[in-house]
Amino acid sequence: MTSVLVKDVSLNFGAVEVLKSLNLDVTEGEFIVLLGPSGCGKSTLLNCIAGLLDVSAGQIFINGKNVTWEEPKDRGIGMVFQSYALYPQMSVEGNLSFGLKNAGLPKDEIARRIARAASILQIEPLLKRRPAALSGGQRQRVAIGRALVRDVDVFLFDEPLSNLDAKLRSELRVEIKRLHQKLGNTMIYVTHDQIEAMTLADRIAVMKGGLIQQLDAPQAIYGKPVNRFVAGFIGSPGMNFLEGRLEPRDGQPRFVADGLDIPLATYAFDAAGFRPGPAVFGMRPEHVGLNSGTGWPFSSATTVEVVEPMGSDTLVWARLASQNFTVRVSSERAPTVGDQIVIGFDPLRASLFDADTGVRL
Amino acid sequence: MASPAVFASSAGVEPHGPRPRRAISRRNVIVYGTLLVVAIYYLLPLYVMVVTSLKGMPEIRLGNIFSPPVEITFEPWVKAWATACTGLNCDGLSRGFWNSVRITVPSVIISIAIASVNGYALANWRFKGSETFFAILIFGAFIPYQVMLYPIVIILREIGLYGSLWGLVIVHCIFGMPILTLLFRNYFTSVPEELFKAARVDGAGFWGIYLKIMLPMSLPIFVVALIIQITGIWNDFLFGVVYTRPDTYPMTVQLNNIVNSVQGVKEYNVNMAATLLTGLVPLVIYFISGKLFVRGIAAGAVKG
Repeated sequence: MTSVLVKDVSLNFGAVEVLKSLNLDVTEGEFIVLLGPSGCGKSTLLNCIAGLLDVSAGQIFINGKNVTWEEPKDRGIGMVFQSYALYPQMSVEGNLSFGLKNAGLPKDEIARRIARAASILQIEPLLKRRPAALSGGQRQRVAIGRALVRDVDVFLFDEPLSNLDAKLRSELRVEIKRLHQKLGNTMIYVTHDQIEAMTLADRIAVMKGGLIQQLDAPQAIYGKPVNRFVAGFIGSPGMNFLEGRLEPRDGQPRFVADGLDIPLATYAFDAAGFRPGPAVFGMRPEHVGLNSGTGWPFSSATTVEVVEPMGSDTLVWARLASQNFTVRVSSERAPTVGDQIVIGFDPLRASLFDADTGVRL
Repeated sequence: MASPAVFASSAGVEPHGPRPRRAISRRNVIVYGTLLVVAIYYLLPLYVMVVTSLKGMPEIRLGNIFSPPVEITFEPWVKAWATACTGLNCDGLSRGFWNSVRITVPSVIISIAIASVNGYALANWRFKGSETFFAILIFGAFIPYQVMLYPIVIILREIGLYGSLWGLVIVHCIFGMPILTLLFRNYFTSVPEELFKAARVDGAGFWGIYLKIMLPMSLPIFVVALIIQITGIWNDFLFGVVYTRPDTYPMTVQLNNIVNSVQGVKEYNVNMAATLLTGLVPLVIYFISGKLFVRGIAAGAVKG
């Protein structure tokens, strides 16, 4: 059943088109992550769903009800903000009860809901404190609690972990995931952090320029990006891109570039099939083998130029067809600068893009 | 590793801990010397006023204005407050004092109340043309008062408030509006927008957010507005002399009438006492609110 439906929503600020006739269909209980670089419109879209921004065109449905003209409080949503946005002059309890008091709920009901939220988030000892006396992680927990007490079907998160340090971020990330499994609410989560997106989402919507580029399960977005932008945005370190041409040779499709000749017999082309012409060959650094024998459909010798140790893994920079190419190897097997290496990969895991449009071939 | 000896100072003492500072250095002499001279420059007139106000007239006629009073008398203060004559009235500054209180209190409350809501609306509830509205309002701050004096006389006369205290209150509220609105708008703009959004999601409306979220957070800016308005309105002379009658003159106008009276003997001690009395209110406000102000800033500085 559909929980949130965004239908042809556009938003203009003056002449600037922030959202361009955007569509999004979120199933009940689903965890959707809106992912994209800054300025892609992801937070704007969330604000539109929340009712904090009026759309220029289109409709928004929540639980089958057209809420396009409704006030935020009447939409059945709870929202968590990046800066926590706790009311500084109220205690934690006051923060949690503010919305419920505005809604005119009876006192015992308010107390019951606060107790429930506090026990779920383990913030009972903090109820009497002011936000100023809380740590960043505690504040964000209270902010989540404020959405929780509203007893709504849809939770909206606007980069809730971006203000926290790396360790706390990963802890709270797991907690949010647990919370979702426990409550089963629909959650829409905005972030620019792809790790958060990959770990939390049922489906990720990768956005750019006010449009959703790809909406799919994390693994599909990682493995089969629909265009060059998505391919480059997802994955860290980023995907290798080689410029070249697609050519048929001996009745087989091949990718050719400056002394490089990659057979593409195993590559799954899209419905239109193989067409010769300029193209971009994409390969993730972690899908490339280093000095690992001759088992690869393609391999090539080159020299190590730069080595970047990252702890468990090491990123090795080399050149392929006089273009930069990186290989991710485990640190024990890392070569040193100047070493002769052989890199190999299976074109099955490659992504080919049209050189002009960037669309996956 | 470089040996620590490399860093030893020429004096032979290895530097450690806080850097030593000499109490009397050229820098200190210049800084504190300048401060002292400036402080004396500003405090000397005040000293002369206090000293003179405590002397009797015979002692003043001796001409030693810097010498402390031989015989301290509070008579000039009493006279300035209760019996000095201005025009037909001979009840001293007390009348003007209470007039000024009755002008200042409502003016301050009304102008700050309206301006804070104005600023809040302009900062958080952008409406079509709100920027234009704000620009026009700010433009008002740059129009010279002289241009508007007479038109306002006519307006007040037409609505029957000319010469009354309430007429002056309205004038003060109008003229305080541009700068106060600017002040509040800028403050409320600096309040994180997400706080406002969170309150909207929580179902608070225009007044709910203003009263329950914004007001409790804005003590510092209210204190600033209070200082600006109380001192500004208390010290006002121009509007007071134009828009009131002798029996509703504010304290500043009355002070002028006492000090500048051309008849009789110039009673310097009474003049000094009257001036000090008039200046006392802003002075007290600075002292009290200064403390509040610092506390307010400290309370607001903690990030929510």
